[in-house]
Amino acid sequence: MTQLQLNMAMKVLRTILAWGVALLLFFPLGWLVLTAFKTELQAISVPPLLFFTPTLENFSIVQERSDYMHYATNSLITSVLSTILGLALAFPAAYAMAFIKGKYTKDILMWMLSTKMMPAVGALVPIYVVAQTTGLLDSLTVLTIIFTLSNLPIMVWMLYSNFKEIPGEILEASRMDGATLWQEFRLVLLPLTMGGLASTGLLCLVLSWNEAFWSLNLSSAKAGTLAFLIASYSSPEGLFWAKLSAASFMAIGPIVVFGWFSQKQLVQGLTFGAVK
Amino acid sequence: MLMAPAIGSLFLWMIVPLVMSIYFSVIHYNLMQPDQTGFVGLDNFEYFITDPSFMTATINTLILLGSVILITVVFGTLIALLTDDPFPGRNIVRILLISPFFVMPTVNALLWKNMMMNPNYGILAQVWQFFGGVPVDWLADYPLFSVIVIVSWQWLPFATLIFVTSLQSMDREQIEASRMDGANYLQQLRYLYIPHLGRSFAVVVMIEMIFLLSVFAEIYTTTGGGPGDASTNIAFLIFKQALLSFDAGVASAGALFAVVLANIAGVFLIRMVGKNLDK
Repeated sequence: MTQLQLNMAMKVLRTILAWGVALLLFFPLGWLVLTAFKTELQAISVPPLLFFTPTLENFSIVQERSDYMHYATNSLITSVLSTILGLALAFPAAYAMAFIKGKYTKDILMWMLSTKMMPAVGALVPIYVVAQTTGLLDSLTVLTIIFTLSNLPIMVWMLYSNFKEIPGEILEASRMDGATLWQEFRLVLLPLTMGGLASTGLLCLVLSWNEAFWSLNLSSAKAGTLAFLIASYSSPEGLFWAKLSAASFMAIGPIVVFGWFSQKQLVQGLTFGAVK
Repeated sequence: MLMAPAIGSLFLWMIVPLVMSIYFSVIHYNLMQPDQTGFVGLDNFEYFITDPSFMTATINTLILLGSVILITVVFGTLIALLTDDPFPGRNIVRILLISPFFVMPTVNALLWKNMMMNPNYGILAQVWQFFGGVPVDWLADYPLFSVIVIVSWQWLPFATLIFVTSLQSMDREQIEASRMDGANYLQQLRYLYIPHLGRSFAVVVMIEMIFLLSVFAEIYTTTGGGPGDASTNIAFLIFKQALLSFDAGVASAGALFAVVLANIAGVFLIRMVGKNLDK
């Protein structure tokens, strides 16, 4: 009996501990959301306010001051386009690596991954100069291209490890039956790799949406993404925490909710299938 | 043939900046002094490497990388183990736990800078005061530590998520059997859980290394690398040279150094992880 009681106590303790840790780690984010609905005075009140009458004024002020929709649209366009473009480039490459193995396949794969380890800042000056001379500075085009390229190595790698799981015989059989390469892609490979494609695309979407380095350095008012909008609030112009919170809330809301729904897919893709 | 587009574009992506960097790094190229040009040999390298900020930045980069990986792996494992057995509300707890990972670095940094670490109104300051302590000006007094906290907070969910997923595939019967044989929790941890997590450790270390070598936004929005160079890493130092001092030549020399550093890390990493992933 005591053993059972002890087990029960342990279980309750664990539950409380788990909830405690989760709430503690989530706290900063929760606080951000609360602050977004406060007035500026409430936001910096001592002691901190937990209960208050929520207000929506911050959101309208943010929209008025800096045209949230403009930056959100830029974020959406660049992340979606770079995801599509990246998948289009990575899909054939991963296919070739997985099914038409050559002598250098492994080396090429490793080389691709190693390009990702090069810090982005290493390419900053040259890319900046190229963008400037081609007149693409502060344009959606240059951001899309750069997001695509910086995610490409990871995308190829993820798709490759996904394709590797598919037995080559299936493709061979379809070829025997007279399928063209296009039919093979569309009718055999695509249905089999939907999961992998989805997780690769999801990850790319999240990474592009949150990308800050290039958007801070290559874009400003015209092509700036949400990351740029938020950074513009860091200028020392006083403590506008409530407005900052409202802007942040709007910037991260879509992608966090998106992340909640896609977390399972993401793990599968991110771990290159190594963790099941 | 099918690989051509991806290889071609990646090759351009890598080789064009590299060649241009090499070129810029041996000429005098300051955007502020357009009249001064010409070949300067290795002067830019000498300038960058003998700059006292350089050593600080290199050490900061390594400290940041090491601490964040250590913190996320240790705490990620603990949290994953804690939430492994079913308990009321486990799904909600998981959603709460992973959320910070999807927050963009700029928001993350501003949130901590203002609402958590501000010495007057920040939550931490008020907690300190509540317990009768003197509030700490985190970003001014412990800049590197603060950046480590901020970055760890963002990457902890990632590690946790991967470990949680990995634990789900544990053989439950084996754990049950070990318990029957009288193994206590520590022994189970040592001989069953930790070995099972081995592969996911490798994955977490690899991915975090890729992303953490070039932490930028978190530093840019919080400390601006300071005070002094206290929280400047290599990525930020190059940025300072390029866009704040407008010296593209020195910045390019620094970039080449960063590439070398990344490749050393890369070789080491691929050796270590490649074996692990390639079974």
